[in-house]
Amino acid sequence: MRIDLEARPSRSLALDIGAPIVALIAAILLGGLVVWLMGKSPTRAFSVYFIEPLLEGWSLQELAVKACPLVLIAIGLSFCFRANLWNIGAEGQFVIGGLVGGWLAIATHDGAYQSVIGGWWILPAMLVLGTLAGALYAMIPALLRVWLGVSEILTSLMLVYVAELILDYLSRGPLRDPKGFNFPQSVTFDDVAHLPYLAEGDRLHAGVILAVLAVLIAAFIFSRTLFGFEVRLVGDAPRAARFAGFSDRWLTIAVFAISGGLAGLAGICEVAGQIGQLQPTISPGYGFTAIIVAFLGRLSPFGILIAGLVLALTYIGGESAQVALKLPNDMTRAFQGLLLMCVLIADAATRYRIRFRLGALA
Amino acid sequence: MSRLNLKLALLSAIAFGMATGAMAAEKLKVGFVYVGPVGDFGYSYQHDQGRQAMQKALGDAVETTFLENVPEADSERSIEQLARSGHKLIFTTSFGFMEPTLKVAKKFPKINFEHATGYKRAANVATYSARFHEGRYVIGQIAGKMTKSNIIGYVASFPIPEVVSGINAFLLGAQSVNPNVKIKIVWANTWFDPGKEADATKALLAQGADIITQHTDSAAPLQEAEKAGKFGFGQASDMIRFAPKAQLTAIVDDWSGYYIERVKAELAGTWKSGDTWGGIGAHMVNLAPFTNMPDDLKKMAEQTEADIASGKLNPFKCPIMDQTGKPVDCKGGTALSDEQVLGMNWYVKGIDDSLPK
Amino acid sequence: MTPAILELVLMTIVTAATPLIIAAIGELVTERAGVLNLGVEGMMIVGAALGFAAAYLSGSPLIGALAGMAAGMVLAALFGLLTVGLAINQVAAGLALTIVGVGLSGLLGAGYVGLKRDAPPHLYIPYLSDLPFVGKLVFGQDAFVYGSFVLVAAVAWYLTRTRAGLALRAIGDNHHSAHALGLPVRRTRFLAILFGGACAGMAGAYLSIAYTPFWSPGMTAGRGWIALALVVFSSWRPWRVVLGALLFGGATVLQLHAQAASLGLPGQLLSAVPYLATIAALMVLSIGARRKSAAPAALGQPFVAPR
Repeated sequence: MRIDLEARPSRSLALDIGAPIVALIAAILLGGLVVWLMGKSPTRAFSVYFIEPLLEGWSLQELAVKACPLVLIAIGLSFCFRANLWNIGAEGQFVIGGLVGGWLAIATHDGAYQSVIGGWWILPAMLVLGTLAGALYAMIPALLRVWLGVSEILTSLMLVYVAELILDYLSRGPLRDPKGFNFPQSVTFDDVAHLPYLAEGDRLHAGVILAVLAVLIAAFIFSRTLFGFEVRLVGDAPRAARFAGFSDRWLTIAVFAISGGLAGLAGICEVAGQIGQLQPTISPGYGFTAIIVAFLGRLSPFGILIAGLVLALTYIGGESAQVALKLPNDMTRAFQGLLLMCVLIADAATRYRIRFRLGALA
Repeated sequence: MSRLNLKLALLSAIAFGMATGAMAAEKLKVGFVYVGPVGDFGYSYQHDQGRQAMQKALGDAVETTFLENVPEADSERSIEQLARSGHKLIFTTSFGFMEPTLKVAKKFPKINFEHATGYKRAANVATYSARFHEGRYVIGQIAGKMTKSNIIGYVASFPIPEVVSGINAFLLGAQSVNPNVKIKIVWANTWFDPGKEADATKALLAQGADIITQHTDSAAPLQEAEKAGKFGFGQASDMIRFAPKAQLTAIVDDWSGYYIERVKAELAGTWKSGDTWGGIGAHMVNLAPFTNMPDDLKKMAEQTEADIASGKLNPFKCPIMDQTGKPVDCKGGTALSDEQVLGMNWYVKGIDDSLPK
Repeated sequence: MTPAILELVLMTIVTAATPLIIAAIGELVTERAGVLNLGVEGMMIVGAALGFAAAYLSGSPLIGALAGMAAGMVLAALFGLLTVGLAINQVAAGLALTIVGVGLSGLLGAGYVGLKRDAPPHLYIPYLSDLPFVGKLVFGQDAFVYGSFVLVAAVAWYLTRTRAGLALRAIGDNHHSAHALGLPVRRTRFLAILFGGACAGMAGAYLSIAYTPFWSPGMTAGRGWIALALVVFSSWRPWRVVLGALLFGGATVLQLHAQAASLGLPGQLLSAVPYLATIAALMVLSIGARRKSAAPAALGQPFVAPR
């Protein structure tokens, strides 16, 4: 069989909206078939997975909370990826951001000086520290690339494991709660070190606002600033960019700083908003999942926002399906992957006319 | 593929059975949150065995749900999801679920929670754990007798109190029958990575260890011991089929009795918060059949097991010396207090290594 | 360190490196054709699950290895369909493939948890295998280990000495000029992806059949990602994959031996050594050869035939 692609001359709105819906339906039918084979009701599964999480206030909050780190990290990654730089170590920058920001919360825990100057400065300082730490950690692969030409793919990935081990070591040792029977957890943060909640239920934290802000600012940078133009140009046409006098060294450092900083910010938001303490692991792989979010959102800020919410829905829906239908975890995960693939296919369909022909693949 | 078909058929049969049953009466919904996959054949697997035994024992009165592979850092939502979907009793089975459990419990005061291996409680949050170190003392004695090189290899996961007290109890057991015994520890820094656990075992074997004991979850160390013609112990579940010639016994976590008891209490409306820390006597820690050892050793092990069960023998009976040889302050009268064991972060005398902190 | 221990250490390093070599050499060919497949971990773990299942049911490690390869190829074909057929973004498709693979392996392997089989036999040649020190190391490994070296040699030969290999590299470096020259860009890429899938599947099967002969969910424990990193480390040169895998495996194994010998350093620090050592080694290699990136120029870019 042979598949021919023909670029569509222009994008149509109908297709942009229609294709993802078709993809969704295809994935649902496939998933429904498997659910039916397992002897469960496909309609019920559909409702539990896709509909119910969108109907209740608390699950909508959860959706935002889960999407928050994904969107923050993916926005940062879009800068790197647009400039054709492969930072796949956002997970490590996330961890370091959470760790360093969280350290301040632990260091100031029950601090006597809080009564003198107040604790108002702690949370902002944590956010700044987390962002800086993430950015600095991202400087390692960036500088190695600029100075020595070492591939950032390898270094950023290896540094993920190193960051995880550093957090592991510190949260089991120096940073653990002295009253915690030597269990590997820090103290729980004081209220002044906690992101405020936006709604009842103590889940929707203010980090969500930062994520939306990041989306808006990134959209502004890409569409309205010289820097955004530079990033795109270096990615699309590196030669032309060099002729235009843009320094790709400086740009490498800048986009790594942005993506590391946002990953670090996501880390400290997760720690100060959701977890409320440091522990040996603080991320269920957000840094990697965000890579999918970035590409699913076609590296555009608003696309990333939507993609982040879609991915969050697949997590929450998958969990609901486990509870309501007793589907195995692996099943919901495989479906998540399948759904992503269908969405990617839909994406291709909006860009190309796809023709299938019998015959050899060329 | 016929195996898969069979499985699907079986699954659907179970599912239909459940669906029709659910219509019949108002059941008590009990939820479980696992940190690993139920197929890990180790820690989470044993909790799930407990759940299944409880389901079987209480039959139509209860309906159980579990969430597996729940990451600790993102577990609050998972626990809340169970609370919101009508579960009245929820077991969260890993230490890292402690704060999330407490947070959710605060929001749902009418729902009861049980958190395994933690230390913070509330009116609707009970804690439970097992005295794994009691089992470690018994296998330590066996190892002390069985070793010819007087070097025992220990594949450890993370330096948390549960693991440290296990190492200490193991060594005290070994020393009680063999004063010359030495122990070498490798921290794999993982609960589960078969390849790395196997490599750690090989390293220990190379250093002359002829008995391998493990506090990581896969069967790899035991299998490695079998390959080398040495001996080892199963962890969390009976792993005899992985190493029929090498497994001496296994420390088996058995949560079924506890789960049945607590769910029964919930059904009867007598559930109360509290802390349960059961050992061999309470059958929360069991030892798999003693195999691959001479009969007199088997007798000794059985005797030790019985003595611990009856309370005649406490693995942490004083005096106990720390690494420097100084006697440890004995807060529990004749033995270390529970708090001392629960928060253990020091080695007993006889371990050359320094504890990673 | 006595010679006996040293031999054992070297043995362990070789076996620890083998799955990395197999998976990485496959990915290297895929990437040389210009396709970045981040789904190695997913293909590997499905290979481990099905490889074990097939070996268990048939009793033959060979059938197990073949089943693992086939499983990897099926997933790879899916990836190829998306990225080559439909020109979908490779990074996103690869990550989605990993998610599918991890879930699928759990479903397919569920019936085989807690079962065991014996590891395949190691080579034994009288006298040669009994030689002190090198005997077991050179003449006492299992078939996978020898196979992995043959594989690397074959790939090295193919890429540098054959027309087809040359064509593959040309396609990876510039698919537009390759297409203009009449080279079958998409067919070559699809086959290269299949080869990568077969290798990843076999690497997974090696874990569940030979390395630790049982199946357990998540047993690849991130080795697919390390394999990906090793391809970058190797600068896309086959023999440097072996070097990188031995270095990484060596650092992993040596830190365990250092602990067993009671050096008394924090475990986390020692566990970080392999990653840091890999970075350091790449830095040294980069200082030596200050060339522009060795990556295939068209790596990661989808190809759509112009008309």
